[in-house]
Amino acid sequence: MRPQDFSSGAVATKGAISIRNVTKIYDPDGAQVMAVDNCSMDIAPGEVCMIVGPSGCGKTTLLNAIAGFHSITEGEIILDGVTLCSPKQPLAGQSADRIVVFQNGALFPWKTLAENVAYGPMVQRRWPKAECLERARTALKEAGLGAVVDKYPGEVSSGMARRAEIVRALINDPKVLLLDEPYRAMDALTKQIMHEALLEMYDRTKVTIYFITHDLEEAIFLGDKVYVMTTRPCRVKKVIDINLPRPRDYTTLTTEAFRLLVKEADEAVHEEALKAFKAGEREMA
Amino acid sequence: MSAIAHESYAADTRPAGSRQPTGFGMVLYRAKKSFGSPTPYLMMFGIGLWLFAYWLLCEALSLPRFEKIPGPITILTDWLSASPNQGTSIYTPDYYQHIYVSCRRILVAFLLATALGVPLGLLMGWSRKVKEYTFPLFETLRPIPIMAWVPLAILMFAGYETPVIFLATLASFFATTLNTMLGVQSIDESYFRAAGCLGSRKRDVFWHVVVPGAMPYIFTGLQISIGVAWFSLVAAEMVSGDYGLGYLILSSYVNSVTVPMVIGMLTLGFVGWFSSAIVRFIGDRLMQWHVKALAMQGR
Repeated sequence: MRPQDFSSGAVATKGAISIRNVTKIYDPDGAQVMAVDNCSMDIAPGEVCMIVGPSGCGKTTLLNAIAGFHSITEGEIILDGVTLCSPKQPLAGQSADRIVVFQNGALFPWKTLAENVAYGPMVQRRWPKAECLERARTALKEAGLGAVVDKYPGEVSSGMARRAEIVRALINDPKVLLLDEPYRAMDALTKQIMHEALLEMYDRTKVTIYFITHDLEEAIFLGDKVYVMTTRPCRVKKVIDINLPRPRDYTTLTTEAFRLLVKEADEAVHEEALKAFKAGEREMA
Repeated sequence: MSAIAHESYAADTRPAGSRQPTGFGMVLYRAKKSFGSPTPYLMMFGIGLWLFAYWLLCEALSLPRFEKIPGPITILTDWLSASPNQGTSIYTPDYYQHIYVSCRRILVAFLLATALGVPLGLLMGWSRKVKEYTFPLFETLRPIPIMAWVPLAILMFAGYETPVIFLATLASFFATTLNTMLGVQSIDESYFRAAGCLGSRKRDVFWHVVVPGAMPYIFTGLQISIGVAWFSLVAAEMVSGDYGLGYLILSSYVNSVTVPMVIGMLTLGFVGWFSSAIVRFIGDRLMQWHVKALAMQGR
């Protein structure tokens, strides 16, 4: 059913993220809220890094800092040797080497899927406009969306829209793909299809992935490493290496190794979830 | 390659031999479907009922307070007559002169207000600085009723034409600007972020996010704005005018001819409805994405 011919995918050469002692303090109305506390991570090029933690723990704060949406208070974030942000320059510049796929989807509803995908290369003047559109169509076709290239996002299912959004990101050949719970609102069956599609795209591009999720099985199925975060302020509680062989497909979900990893992660997560629940913190993100 | 990636998702789910009608065929299909439902009959029945009540009050029974009002039959016979008793019908050139003058004024006022209001509203919504400079003044001037501007308009502008156009433009401008600004502010932050991630310059964000994102609000605003343009135009024509439907209504009243007065009112109704329909049509043309998304939600 699934020929295993994409093991010869691309080799990762870029996208090493180093998060060093990052602290973020929000200051709404003088009430200092520490969202991230002295957090450090090293993400290797082409690594699929899954971030798991209680709601509102500050995972998204880190993602926003990498993407350049929010500033940081202390520490620094380095991408391939270039400092993105540090106390000297707390807000990273936004650029197409780090692309976010949003929780609720952010395909422009006023552009067709092809126009959406072509948008990045077009504004960056990568290729002439017609070529951008042509390549966008090809990329969508490769992702199994050939039949809906000229539809508007409002006309396709959320699964297709989310997949098109990942295509829109990958066509720019980014160093890092930042995903903020992209499959949160999907049912289990759609999610599984989305996971396999994402893995397939990953195997082709070997882009570094920073993926925030609540779903442990999702984290272990997709990831090379699972970072379990503490409740707010956010720190790394535990790093779990996922040594399941790639390429993975849904049969992986039923293996013994997979079950053991889920159990291991579950214990760590449960403890933090309990703490967060007891703290009675309202969900922020 | 994997099975999922190359499967076609738009599997044909229609029964064999059926085709979706297109173009004129679609119009016929919709008309056929519509006449199969009770809606058009109920509508006709409703209009008939209202007309009957109107006729009963004014002509058949001539109840107190209604006896001076011309009834539907009086109006219709005069409106369609080649030699109308009260001087205005579809055969008198004056009638068209009034319509033409009002429409011309509306067109100028509406285009002027749109040309000024949309860019200003876009900038006010997009740039905090522009908003901080302009919004307090804007919000102070906006609540002033348009009739309060009439003396000022007459002092400022000579003749009949310019004060009237000025007043209609002003009313229209406020509605357009405010809605455009709200339109920009209604755009989800994630679209701006996505545009930023994808390497947009400021200019790209403006043309690819701000303008299309505000479009639904802009067209809602334009519909309101053409309505208030008619409203203030007629008010202004009543105060200062030589032609126009507002002038027709007031001068008929002054000359105690009630039929042209009502004809003027009904004509305003039709012309106003038609102008809104044009704005709506252009909006739908420009925003196929919006129309289609609403259609998917069954609206």
